[in-house]
Amino acid sequence: MSRVVVNVPAEAKRGEVIEIRTLAGHPMETGFRRTQLGELIPRDIIRSLVCTYNGVEVFRADLHPAVAANPLISFTTVATESGTLEFRWSGDNGYSATLSAAIKVV
Amino acid sequence: MITRRIFLLFGLVAGTARAQLPPNIGEIRKKALDDAVRKVVGNHPVREGRVKLDLPPLIDNGNTVPLSVEVESPMTEADHVKAIHVFTERNPQPYVLTAHLGPRAGRARISTRARIADTGIVMAIAELSDGSFWSGSVKVIVTLSACLEEGLI
Repeated sequence: MSRVVVNVPAEAKRGEVIEIRTLAGHPMETGFRRTQLGELIPRDIIRSLVCTYNGVEVFRADLHPAVAANPLISFTTVATESGTLEFRWSGDNGYSATLSAAIKVV
Repeated sequence: MITRRIFLLFGLVAGTARAQLPPNIGEIRKKALDDAVRKVVGNHPVREGRVKLDLPPLIDNGNTVPLSVEVESPMTEADHVKAIHVFTERNPQPYVLTAHLGPRAGRARISTRARIADTGIVMAIAELSDGSFWSGSVKVIVTLSACLEEGLI
């Protein structure tokens, strides 16, 4: 159900600013569309994305229906130490997805 | 080929789509955007500049519009961008995305893909650690709306 992917460089220099791209497979149903019979399709979106670097939160985003389907969010962080980056998406109808990526800092 | 009958049908469809919206929809949306901005900034003044909002000025398909926001900031502990808020003027709701950053971001730059319903203004507001607010906006032209198929814009 929850297909997510992130792009984190496997290796980085200490202090380097790295770009992280995240993509989650999700329809992001806005709650403003109607079926052909005129019934409102209930909202079903991802509400937030949180990224932690070795347990410390480095990025958080609040999403709204105006984010396109399959939300792609990219941001930057400073490579401070080797470890793991954890990503957590959560949304309507109990949607939740997590993914972690390892990074080696030299 | 467009026959007279189909042409008239088009007119009928366009007419009903418009009839669903209140006549002062422009003012309502402008107020919704102002309210949303007020909610974020409170009573602080919002200055223009430092925020570079990058998105195509002419949008073929409003369903996926790539946009990026970059804020001029050294991103140090003392002086960094706390949050970036993105708003649109003509969507049913003005909010698009709020990104919370910190000094560990290294650079104040985010990008995503948005839905934009209609020709209008897209605005990004940056909240800095010293409590000031800066904004950047772009006027875009949308040819295919994000929700026109349902006559909802």
